[in-house]
Amino acid sequence: MDQLSVSDINLILDTADSLMEISSRDIKKVPTLRGKSIVNFFYEPSTRTKASFEMAAKRLSADTLSLSATDSSMVKGETLIDTARNLQAMNPDIIIIRHSSSGAPHLLARYVDSGVINAGDGTHEHPTQALLDLFTIRKKKGRIKGLRVVIIGDIAHSRVARSDIIGLRKMGAEVTISGPPTMIPVDAESLGVKVVLDPAKALKNKDVIMMLRIQLERQKGILFPSLREYSIFFGLNQDLIKVAKKDVIIMHPGPINRGVEITGDLADGPFSVILDQVSNGVAIRMALLYLLIGGSKGDNLD
Amino acid sequence: MITWIKGGELVDPRKGEKKKLDIVIKRGKIEGLLPPGEFNPTNDMDVKIIDASGMIITPGLIDMHVHFREPGEEYKETIATGSQAAATGGFTAVACMPNTSPINDSRSVTEFILERARKANLIRVYPVAAISMGSRSELLTEFGDLKQAGAVAVSDDGRPVTNSELMRRALEYAWFFNLPVISHCQDFDLSNNGVMHEGAISTQLGLQGIPAASEEIMVAREILLAKLTGYPVHIAHVSTEGSVKFIRQAKEEGIPVTAETAPHYFSLDHTAVIGFDTNAKMYPPLREPKDAEAIKRGLSEGVIDVIATDHAPHSEIEKDVEFDKAAFGIIGLETALPLTLALVREGVVDLSTAIAKLSYNPASILSIKGGTLEEGKEADLTIIDLNNEYVIEKDSFKSKSHNSPFIGQKMKGKAMLTMVGGRIVWESDEFNPRS
Ligand SMILES: [Zn+2]
Repeated sequence: MDQLSVSDINLILDTADSLMEISSRDIKKVPTLRGKSIVNFFYEPSTRTKASFEMAAKRLSADTLSLSATDSSMVKGETLIDTARNLQAMNPDIIIIRHSSSGAPHLLARYVDSGVINAGDGTHEHPTQALLDLFTIRKKKGRIKGLRVVIIGDIAHSRVARSDIIGLRKMGAEVTISGPPTMIPVDAESLGVKVVLDPAKALKNKDVIMMLRIQLERQKGILFPSLREYSIFFGLNQDLIKVAKKDVIIMHPGPINRGVEITGDLADGPFSVILDQVSNGVAIRMALLYLLIGGSKGDNLD
Repeated sequence: MITWIKGGELVDPRKGEKKKLDIVIKRGKIEGLLPPGEFNPTNDMDVKIIDASGMIITPGLIDMHVHFREPGEEYKETIATGSQAAATGGFTAVACMPNTSPINDSRSVTEFILERARKANLIRVYPVAAISMGSRSELLTEFGDLKQAGAVAVSDDGRPVTNSELMRRALEYAWFFNLPVISHCQDFDLSNNGVMHEGAISTQLGLQGIPAASEEIMVAREILLAKLTGYPVHIAHVSTEGSVKFIRQAKEEGIPVTAETAPHYFSLDHTAVIGFDTNAKMYPPLREPKDAEAIKRGLSEGVIDVIATDHAPHSEIEKDVEFDKAAFGIIGLETALPLTLALVREGVVDLSTAIAKLSYNPASILSIKGGTLEEGKEADLTIIDLNNEYVIEKDSFKSKSHNSPFIGQKMKGKAMLTMVGGRIVWESDEFNPRS
């Protein structure tokens, strides 16, 4: 997201808008990317993002090849650079990479000629998630500029939060982050956000609430003592949401831990746009594939 | 044979002066330091003349913190290639940290290192032995035996002593053998998974941070233990403002503490990591501009006694990987001198002080030869061209590895000739002494 300009972002969102229509057709497929090949290289497990990219590629008639950590030779000790050179030899048009190390797509991009799309790297960035979030907000609110957004949860270890913050700030939204101090990154203000630790205060007058998934595997009893306590003090519930604006929308990148960061009734309730995010995700990824392959080779999205 | 170095200006940090003097060397020792024109060899004398006009001559540089990787990781560096890199950088002596494989915690490893150094036959290589067996913070190594075998100091560099009681006893026991104790300050719990300095840049890049406090807690501990025991401790590679503050305060209170920093801590800051450059990854990590400023102040005020490189070679196998998987460390022997000379031009320290931190001070801390140019002493010296400008090239390193964040950068100041015991061990192509 760091590398995208405001006009880049607008172009991607506008393109997604026009591609949205394809998904509502009876035959949800156009021949735009026929003969193009896309490698889905998922070095870290992911069902949703991977499925979303696959769906996007298929709707544009591109050929896709999926590699995951378990069936790639990464497990046999091959380095990322070796893998990159092997992928390059197949001459794909785009490589979509998900990796557990921050910066891995940068390393890959140095060794391949094809376009590289970052589908999430470590705790660094998740730009396609941020774009689909911006897209969802724009569709629901008609604008992004001037909106007040709060992101609640483990900001420090969230690539979604990092990319969302960059994207929202670029598009002129006000961003507040909230959560236990153990989950607020050092020098958070340098990201251009306001820090309000207590969600009850942070939610006040907000147009958009973004909840983050609590990574059970991440916290080893050091960032917070228990899910029970987390849900009481930092989870979103009917009481808390009252201080937000009346027309607030609730977003979540999924998968949801119901009853932990958000109660089930809110996730399924009228404020929730969580399922819209999923369908918008396909449109955004279609737009990216279309723009990257249609554009010059070697463009990267990060 | 006599070697006559003429025309150069001597910088002897011990005397703190810069003076035009000719050096006459015989049987590896400095026979005379004479005002120009005073040495008049007769025709029957076999004299090699080195014309050092326009150059400065300093005591041979001494690096008290290097990793030569032998035994165990010879694909990264050997004592021979490391010595070559040292000589090229102007160094006549180095102290090798014990975190080899096996760790230097026994007489046999110490003797092996010295044997390899003898075979390389370039510079003086001084082994530093481990404080604890296997650097596991459990049992002390045999300090007396190691000292007799040739170790000049003890340190658990890379795997710091986690047990404060053991560290206390190490300071006490080492004193009996006059062995300096060098501490790599890192609280492993606090820095555990960190890969760079914790701050705005780690937040921006989504990389796990190593807080400054991870170093400072241990610096404070070592100072308190030095105070408790009354015995000295040397703090390795100081990188933070807080560490400088603690050391300054300790020195003011008369606590026996000395300290070193490395050139990258005053030449770079954490922004070098942007773009995920693994050559900007080392421990301690590159800190913030305010830390680099504090390091400079520490150098100028004498809080930091020594500039050492922490020369840590790694191959592409360890460095051309994802940032969080990359090894910590960079090479430094061939860039330390110009980076230090930049401080002189900046006015942070004067030339004599800079040279002291690269020779006299480490020699005194380790009680080894060198660090001064005096009649009757070994002829270990470096001839430096302060004005030579060049760009650091990846392929130009004598070190077996080239993991340097300074590749592509412009440098000024270069060792033109390095002499150990009267023997030339490095001479630049650009330097043509008439003989
Ligand atoms: Zn160290």
